[in-house]
Amino acid sequence: MPGALPLGDPAPADGLLPPQVLDGVGSRHFGLYVHIPFCAVRCGYCDFNTYTAKELGGGASQDAYAETAVAEVDFAARALEASGLPPRRISTVFFGGGTPTLLPAEDLARILGAAVGHWGLEPGAEVTTEANPDSVTPESLQLLAEAGFTRVSFGMQSAVPHVLKVLDRTHSPERVPQAVQWAREAGLDVSLDLIYGTPGESMDDWRTSLETALSYGPDHISAYALIVEDGTKLAAQMRRGEVPGIDDDDHAAKYELADELITAAGLAWYEVSNWSRTPEHACRHNLAYWRGDDWWGIGPGSHSHVGGVRWWNVKHPVAYANRLAAGESPAAGRETLDAGTREMERIMLEARLGSGLEVDALDAVGRHAVAGLIADGLVEPAAAFKGRLVLTLKGRLLADAVVRRLLPE
Amino acid sequence: MSPMARTAPVPAATDPAIIRNFCIIAHIDHGKSTLADRMLQFTGVVQARDMKAQYLDRMDIERERGITIKSQAVRMPWEVDNTAYALNMIDTPGHVDFTYEVSRSLAACEGAVLLVDAAQGIEAQTLANLYLAMENDLTIIPVLNKIDLPAAQPEKYAEELANLIGGDPEEVLKVSGKTGVGVEALLDRIVRDIPNPVGDANAPARAMIFDSVYDTYRGVVTYVRVVDGQLTPRERIQMMSTKASHELLEIGVSSPEPVPSKGLGVGEVGYLITGVKDVRQSKVGDTVTNLARPATESLGGYQDPKPMVFSGLYPLDGTDYPNLREALDKLKLNDAALVYEPETSAALGFGFRVGFLGLLHLEIVRERLEREFNLDLISTAPNVVYEVTLEDKSVATVTNPSEFPSGKINEVREPMVAATILAPNEFVGAIMELCQGRRGQMRGMDYLSEDRVEMRYWIPLAEIVFDFFDQLKSKTRGYASLDWKADGEQVADLVKVDILLQGEQVDAFSAITHRDKAYAYGVMMTSKLRELIPRQQFEVPIQAAIGSRIIARENIRAIRKDVLAKCYGGDITRKRKLLEKQKEGKKRMKMVGRVEVPQEAFIAALTTDESKDKAKK
Repeated sequence: MPGALPLGDPAPADGLLPPQVLDGVGSRHFGLYVHIPFCAVRCGYCDFNTYTAKELGGGASQDAYAETAVAEVDFAARALEASGLPPRRISTVFFGGGTPTLLPAEDLARILGAAVGHWGLEPGAEVTTEANPDSVTPESLQLLAEAGFTRVSFGMQSAVPHVLKVLDRTHSPERVPQAVQWAREAGLDVSLDLIYGTPGESMDDWRTSLETALSYGPDHISAYALIVEDGTKLAAQMRRGEVPGIDDDDHAAKYELADELITAAGLAWYEVSNWSRTPEHACRHNLAYWRGDDWWGIGPGSHSHVGGVRWWNVKHPVAYANRLAAGESPAAGRETLDAGTREMERIMLEARLGSGLEVDALDAVGRHAVAGLIADGLVEPAAAFKGRLVLTLKGRLLADAVVRRLLPE
Repeated sequence: MSPMARTAPVPAATDPAIIRNFCIIAHIDHGKSTLADRMLQFTGVVQARDMKAQYLDRMDIERERGITIKSQAVRMPWEVDNTAYALNMIDTPGHVDFTYEVSRSLAACEGAVLLVDAAQGIEAQTLANLYLAMENDLTIIPVLNKIDLPAAQPEKYAEELANLIGGDPEEVLKVSGKTGVGVEALLDRIVRDIPNPVGDANAPARAMIFDSVYDTYRGVVTYVRVVDGQLTPRERIQMMSTKASHELLEIGVSSPEPVPSKGLGVGEVGYLITGVKDVRQSKVGDTVTNLARPATESLGGYQDPKPMVFSGLYPLDGTDYPNLREALDKLKLNDAALVYEPETSAALGFGFRVGFLGLLHLEIVRERLEREFNLDLISTAPNVVYEVTLEDKSVATVTNPSEFPSGKINEVREPMVAATILAPNEFVGAIMELCQGRRGQMRGMDYLSEDRVEMRYWIPLAEIVFDFFDQLKSKTRGYASLDWKADGEQVADLVKVDILLQGEQVDAFSAITHRDKAYAYGVMMTSKLRELIPRQQFEVPIQAAIGSRIIARENIRAIRKDVLAKCYGGDITRKRKLLEKQKEGKKRMKMVGRVEVPQEAFIAALTTDESKDKAKK
């Protein structure tokens, strides 16, 4: 069962944005997120908005989905223009899911093509798709590269079969190096996603996964602690005592091991859960989320942000397709952030980054807290003296606590 | 059968010969209020349709708990052999905390109805009050109540009562307050057996205050028993202990609503209103006289109420401090025994150190503050008053454990009580074990009847203010009853145990204990806190210490992970809302040094599991 949407204000059917979104628009990048709400199977830990049925009906079926998504791309272009926003080229595109590669590469290319047709791509734009190692072929990857994709992020999760089994992942571990190789041959950058702290995963299992992933020479690694969301199959299994619960100390130790091995392999952290081979290999699309840039989220349940207005689409693909078919915004709700809330989000998000947070931009409470954070070993002293608040390894593990100390009373 | 009086004797013009002043001595639950209600009804002062159950217990808490805190006096007419008599029933508090008030009520009477549940027999507090009544030479009328109950054993308990007061079991009246059986016979017995009051009508006025109640509309209402002379409206009266004088705005009798009269004469019982706003200006036990023609000698027996048990009261929400002050100021108007002074706790903020007569008093005050004034409070563990003599011979009186001197101590004295426990004889061993564990010394033991014993102990008050009564009840399957009264002090090997969080002393958790029990307290408190305090960003040692010596230690390991792994476009709103919630939660944290302690932890650590019931004796 997918997690619930936030509560917000009603969103207008015409998708028009208030005038405040024009403020400072010239300094913000514009990106696109495209949600593909389909999977071959639902993984036990997953609370994302995804469906395994091929035939949800009408524009929500897998065959018709590309056309529905293009309808939202067209809607977005009209709404942004009607709201008075100047035309901007796209800096980054990210196809996520679900499993985007469950759709034919031609469908993904078609959605991307529609967006490029409206806005155009910036030179050197980053275009990523998530992929399952067993839902790609040399041909499909080649086709994506030709359509303009520059990067592929594989959901490897673990190299250990019993861990993959608990996660309900269907791919065989041997498939990963092959998929990486094909992506390389197509000229795509490669990122690998890993999950640690799965019930039953030993420290050695995790070490194996890390070493295996690094042996494939990825440009980028994301490593996430397993989050057991309410309503997932895994949460139910835990509640029934069928699998052991989550141990934060175990998570911490595994994060430390990840940072140690990944760093030793020549990658550097640039966000709490992300490491890249060079700064240029950081995921610029994700950085845009953390830096408060603008993006439009295409697809059911997708979130968007433009100039301090956040909104989110209806969750179910059928409801989503029906809205678009009627020429209406698929948004379910939205919120308009005031200055204080935007500042809070900025601190919350930028503190997670390797580039850190500008100390001078904090209020008196935040600035006053910095000395204590240095004393507690949570913040890099050298960077702080240069005016940037950058988390130490210990600080990254306690990032939420650091943020609470930095926020205005 | 006596009829209702056809004409009631008129106040201020009543011959002492037709007055009967009496009280009812009973244990809680033995049916005193129900019996009193029935008397009001039979004498016609309250019509059946106006009857509220337990008419005399005015406060909600009293009615809920079925106990009487403040006494009242009611004048009832009753006719025997064609003579109309005036019966003054003086209601007495039934609880050990209010012994002094009981003694003043007894002093206002010539007789007492000893009321005992026919299914339970006499209880320790009733016995204590009976002894008090006998010392005051009151005529005792023994009565068994609830004879309608299937479990009633009137013969057995009539024997017990007869043994206690030295009479014949045949003389024990058997009534049911519930059905009314025997109540008229009891009214007749009161008229026949209890002597009429005697006094000098021509002497300067002397009246004893046996109760003093604050009323929002009328100010303080003072209940008196006139011994000599006469009190009349509009005259100026004087309080003999303070020499303060007031004008008598109104004088009258309760029947049971106040009825103004032309005055009160020898032997009469009634109320006075002078317009004062604070019960401290009209103290229980004081003597009222006429300012123009004052008596030279007071009636005697006056004592200032002495708080025995202290506790710190703190508002959960610091901004409620002024409201707590105001609430205490208001309660004080009606409670001469309530004392308090501002206190600051590093852990709990601003509050008050409040002195109480006993644990029930504490519970009642706390409940009234929460219920009538809508305050959420934390109260520290109750403690007694210690006299600490330092090596330089200076003496400190300690009412708050955190103020226990840290220098060289010569000796510490603690208050002692004489405790009386009544129980079936099968529990003697268990009770002895309990009392010895509480440093009690046995002073004697007697059989009340074949299978019931009275055990007397000299025991530190500090040992009974904390869960003693609950232990006693659980070890005797609820059969034992307890009474105690202050009885001197003793020198004891007492130490202060401090609790330290990351090296910072938490004043709210300091306790004074006997040296032999310090370790147990330290272990109990540190392990309790380890469970209650969430992990912090650093390791937090929890220590128990006597002075600088650590006697127990626990550790809260540092939290190592507090970060959400994923925070992408769709997570931001949810994550921010979570953060806002956490920030709100942080406001409810109390800081001890750098350690964030949830208020719930303080409440849980200071609350013993039995604290809610322990006062309900």
